Amino acid sequence: MTGTTPNPVACDDMKLLVQADLDGELDAAASAVLAGHLRDCPGCAALAAELGGLAHALHHTLRTEAAPARLRAALEAQLMPPPAPARRRWRFRWPVLSFGAGAAVAAALVLMVALPQGDNLDGALLSGHIRAMQPGHLIDVPSSDRHTVKPWFEGKLDFAPPVPDLTADGFVLIGGRLDVIEGRSVAVLVYRHDKHPINLFIWPEPGTATGETRRDGYVLRHWHQGGLALHAVSDLDAAELAVFVRAWQGQQ
Amino acid sequence: MNAAFAAAALPHLDAAYTLARWLVREPAAAEDVVQEAMVRALTYFASYRGDNPRAWLLRIVRNTAYDRMGAERRRGEQPLDDAEAFADPSPDPEAALQGREQRDGLAAALAALPAELRECVVLREIEELSYRDIARITDVPVGTVMSRLFRARQMLLRVGRAEEAVKEPRT
Repeated sequence: MTGTTPNPVACDDMKLLVQADLDGELDAAASAVLAGHLRDCPGCAALAAELGGLAHALHHTLRTEAAPARLRAALEAQLMPPPAPARRRWRFRWPVLSFGAGAAVAAALVLMVALPQGDNLDGALLSGHIRAMQPGHLIDVPSSDRHTVKPWFEGKLDFAPPVPDLTADGFVLIGGRLDVIEGRSVAVLVYRHDKHPINLFIWPEPGTATGETRRDGYVLRHWHQGGLALHAVSDLDAAELAVFVRAWQGQQ
Repeated sequence: MNAAFAAAALPHLDAAYTLARWLVREPAAAEDVVQEAMVRALTYFASYRGDNPRAWLLRIVRNTAYDRMGAERRRGEQPLDDAEAFADPSPDPEAALQGREQRDGLAAALAALPAELRECVVLREIEELSYRDIARITDVPVGTVMSRLFRARQMLLRVGRAEEAVKEPRT
């Protein structure tokens, strides 16, 4: 086939070969045959030059775009297990330390044991929020009608979560589901503000503690109200989530 | 299990996001698509036996993006494809994605291609995947990948020639 004469029909068949050659898809033999044809055929040679120029231009125009840090952090948090073994190693070293250092280590250990409590809860809540992004997992009872959502929880939980309508405040109820946080069945109400979902985790727990934590680009607001613990998780910014919390508190 | 998945999938996160950006365009939507795709991928990972985790992950990203585009079209939300990008020469997503290179119009022309042609070009030119991998990801025969790539490139060349003629008449 080397040195084929130009022939419109044959060249029509050639064009995908010209392209395949540029894409590095031809083996050496086929590539050599094609090179022979290109020497003799101005049409195919022009096509090869054009496609080559385009590949060059695309190469300079298009590049891989870095995934947002927030996305990467969320996925890493979700996939990487917390570094629990590190704590155990500390304990092994304890006996060889002097008393003073030992006390400091003990204090640090208390901190490390105390902190992960909230940390683990945040992690569990955040996992719940991220898990909910899975198709079909966001909502067990898809409804914007609180009179549908509220009864749905009955018989599934040993408490009845309040389901306020916050549409007037810009937070649209889109449904509810059950979730398990640290071994406990909890109610989750899902609201949406613009395109951002808010997962509100609710379970009975006396207390008055409130707080805000941030993790991997998500904001978590924690509060107690009417004998319930409430934890809102969203990728909204903190100020908007605070508006949500105030609106929710105001409805009760 | 999660750690093994993370090791297989996270190195390809940028590639996944880039493909999602070119398919659904909007950064927030692309982020959602990648997140959802990762969750899907994690559930499939136990049964994954292949030797090309990148192609495997991109296939899931691609399918997730199409599910989303289909759902949005069914709901009658913003049209995501085709003529739209031509109508507006500098829509924000492309501008953000391409920065200063927006001017040369090549990125805009690519963004305006139908999705099934666009994805072939992105997988070939940005991800530098083989025809075989592209065929697997887009679920069509290799021959179809070749003809789609050819059509896509002809369309891009046509846009390029038109711009050339406007910008700097050859001497």
